[in-house]
Amino acid sequence: MLNLFSQARRVAGRAAFGAAALALAGAGVPAHAQETIKVGVLHSLSGTMAISETTLKDTVLFMVQEQNAKGGVLGKKLEAVVVDPASNWPLFAEKARELLSKDKVAVVFGCWTSVSRKSVLPVFKELNGLLFYPVQYEGEESERNVFYTGAAPNQQAIPAVDYLMENEDVQRWVLAGTDYVYPRTTNKILEAYLKSKGVKAEDIMINYTPFGHSDWQTIVADIKKFGSAGKKTAVVSTINGDANVPFYKELGNQGIKATDIPVVAFSVGEEELAGIDTKPLVGHLAAWNYFQSVDVPENKDFIKKWQAYTKNDKRVTNDPMEATVIGFNMWVKAVEKAGTTDPDAVIDSIIGVSVPNLSGGYSAMMPNHHITKPVLIGEIKDDGQFDIVEQTPGLIVAEEWSPHLEGSKDLIADWRKPLNCGNFNVKTGKCGGAGQ
Amino acid sequence: MNSRARLRGSGRALLVALLAFCAMLSGSLAGSLALSRAAQAQDISAPLAQLANDNYADTEAALGALALSGSPAAAQIVAALADGKLVYSSTAPRQIFIRTDTGLIDPLTMQAVAPAPAVKPVRVNNRVRRAIEAANGALSLVSPDPAKRIDAAIAVARSRDEAALPALDTALAKESNPKVKTALVLARASILIAKEGITPAERIAAVQLVAAEGNQEALAILRGVPDSAAPEVKQAATDAIAGIERNLATWAIAQNIWYGVSLGSVLLLAAIGLAITFGVMGVINMAHGEMVMLGAYTTFVVQEVIRQNYPGLFDWSLIIAIPLAFLFTGLIGVLIERTVIRFLYGRALETLLATWGISLILQQAIRTIFGPTNREVGAPSWMSGSFELGHMSVTYGRLWIIVFALIVFIALLTVLRVTRIGLEMRAVTQNRRMAAAMGIRTNWVDAMTFGLGSGIAGIAGVALSQIDNVSPNLGQSYIIDSFLVVVFGGVGNLWGTLVGAMSLGIANKMLEPYAGAVLGKIALLVIVILFIQKRPRGLFALKGRSIEA
Repeated sequence: MLNLFSQARRVAGRAAFGAAALALAGAGVPAHAQETIKVGVLHSLSGTMAISETTLKDTVLFMVQEQNAKGGVLGKKLEAVVVDPASNWPLFAEKARELLSKDKVAVVFGCWTSVSRKSVLPVFKELNGLLFYPVQYEGEESERNVFYTGAAPNQQAIPAVDYLMENEDVQRWVLAGTDYVYPRTTNKILEAYLKSKGVKAEDIMINYTPFGHSDWQTIVADIKKFGSAGKKTAVVSTINGDANVPFYKELGNQGIKATDIPVVAFSVGEEELAGIDTKPLVGHLAAWNYFQSVDVPENKDFIKKWQAYTKNDKRVTNDPMEATVIGFNMWVKAVEKAGTTDPDAVIDSIIGVSVPNLSGGYSAMMPNHHITKPVLIGEIKDDGQFDIVEQTPGLIVAEEWSPHLEGSKDLIADWRKPLNCGNFNVKTGKCGGAGQ
Repeated sequence: MNSRARLRGSGRALLVALLAFCAMLSGSLAGSLALSRAAQAQDISAPLAQLANDNYADTEAALGALALSGSPAAAQIVAALADGKLVYSSTAPRQIFIRTDTGLIDPLTMQAVAPAPAVKPVRVNNRVRRAIEAANGALSLVSPDPAKRIDAAIAVARSRDEAALPALDTALAKESNPKVKTALVLARASILIAKEGITPAERIAAVQLVAAEGNQEALAILRGVPDSAAPEVKQAATDAIAGIERNLATWAIAQNIWYGVSLGSVLLLAAIGLAITFGVMGVINMAHGEMVMLGAYTTFVVQEVIRQNYPGLFDWSLIIAIPLAFLFTGLIGVLIERTVIRFLYGRALETLLATWGISLILQQAIRTIFGPTNREVGAPSWMSGSFELGHMSVTYGRLWIIVFALIVFIALLTVLRVTRIGLEMRAVTQNRRMAAAMGIRTNWVDAMTFGLGSGIAGIAGVALSQIDNVSPNLGQSYIIDSFLVVVFGGVGNLWGTLVGAMSLGIANKMLEPYAGAVLGKIALLVIVILFIQKRPRGLFALKGRSIEA
């Protein structure tokens, strides 16, 4: 009874919310009548995260220009509104509010770190905005207003571990990460997964380091020691951006070669390698859904246009860029399908929308607001690019709630009617329930 | 898994094939080789075709077949593959060539190919790389160079493959060089330890041989004693393992102290400029980290110029960058002092805010000019790699940074002690009015002191560019540590900075193995806070009349 009641209340609440949103959208009609459709860009252009996020800002601007050259959307030109949240998490929420309520943008592309996404979530819910989030993340989330075009753990981490087990015969694992939510959650999932595959607890070493850790001598020596126990050892690295350079430098200095102890990284792409001499790193791996070296015409064409746009023929592309491109194209297609930029209409129309990705296939938006992706494993080459050594034959559907974690294995997300829920518990039949 | 077994099987087959090939090579006569050369040249067309498929599994198989073929071209093809110089024509029919400086050559005839077709390199992954290593190792078991034979013996010892035993025995029977012989005997013992069906006495002898090595690898080999072995063998192995572990634990302490000294030297470099601007002058200089960053970017620019114009000078790039970084950041320091800080002497809070602002301006300026991404600063050859000291590994880069930090420290001490400007600096900071009365231009000395502190920070940037990211955020990661060192060591005392940096570095590295990097850092901060409670003026407090507030 109580369950029924609470569910009824929730449905009623949602209906009221939807009505309010519709009314809001109605009020916004004069804005739509203007010449342009505004597109918000919420990426840090200064501070710590500028290193990664500036490229994504450029990517959205590039896509806007491309789309306008094709005649815009619904006959209107797109106009980018760029704000700088300066790597400051509370400022992300402020800037998001500014974009949605002052600039009245139809959609926002932005955020990199999970904490920045969590900080803007309440704003997007309250003002019923649309956020496209383009970075691989720890999963365990599905929101009505957010579309996750980066990888969930099962679209990056688990295939990478499978590859090492099958092709490199790895039996001992070092899970090394920076001390924050993404590595901790990913490592928890990986640990459970490895144990389910019969790896013993003493063959797993977990290590966390602070942000921007620069003195890796002890840890690299520990890894070396852990790896000399007679079983093939690999490092699974969720070390965040800036700390990677000193980590790889130390690996090179202490003479750990990829043929001895391979390192597979989930946060190291072409951009990060641009700051390192990659000769000592040849053969270390990365798992992504896209590499610049993907050898298909779509990708070559994209790189050519991108380098022409940035007027820099050495400018690299990377996975979060591809995720931004896919998200942008999905939004355009969904708007054209719905015939309006109204968020509620787009949220309904975007599910099932499928657009070409840059690795020669199609990615589709699933009802859990995540997209299907191929998984690629690459080995670092001496020119800072990746040699793709493995590609999943088909596309992988995101598991937003990991089946390997106690708290989330019974949850599913489906934003279609009638379920319309981001964390539906299949055991209790309730929406909003955490796991057992 | 199937694939695992397959992989191990194919690796073993490859090694056996290679060893057999070596034995054959060394045993056969040059005449018979010459006779069969034509036929062998025919033989490798199949593996060559496999290589041209550019498929990892085929490449691995081709490597094995190549070694078996006994073709004289095999070694060269394997070497070309390792260097990424083995290419295939991308148009049908696919053919394999070796790329040289002068053009493509045919691996069979060693003749230049003209006209050269469009080619792609044969791709190599970790599996293929391991196969290449095994091939190279085994090929050099009969190499005329003793050093290469030793390497080969080590490679065999590492693989611990029973199938390699006969070839090893053949090589051992012929070997005359005592050093190579020792390596071969050790390799043989490594294999015997895990072999089924040998007498306990033989196995114990092998255990003792391996145990004498006393390193990590010996441990790994000793742990491979099979459960079916006789109890006395197991006992011998257990004793040997315990002995090695005790020995290694002692070395681990030495290694940790070395890491601590190395971290301490980095802290010293980062803090020593601040010991001047904050320690001696009393300016709370939040822009200190950005001076370090500017020094690192100077190194980057110097390296770029050298790469573009004088590539031969690359090994000297850091030496060239040191004076330039000092002058550039020193100049910026003088500019900041003249335009901002001199108006704020004695007003600590305003100085803090103003220099914080300057640091943000400098960061964003660098971001605008060089972009937000990391810049690559290469390591000169004399700073790359490592060597073993006992059971302790020492990397050259870290060693040079320690030496460099000490040189900078001594140079700075000398400037302050011996030179006239050093004397004036000490005079002004101890008693400004008296110094002015003695005819010292105090304004000028202030500017020079701040410039010196900034210049030293710039020099530190040159060294830190070798171990950290060269990005606009470089300075931020060092500012907290720098203040910590200066305050802990005692404000206004250079020796305090040295002792403070080294003790913090060593304490951090001794804590890290037990508490982990995150907790270790927190524990260290707690210790410093408690210490400062007890001794507010740091390790080495200045006695007597201090700097004016």
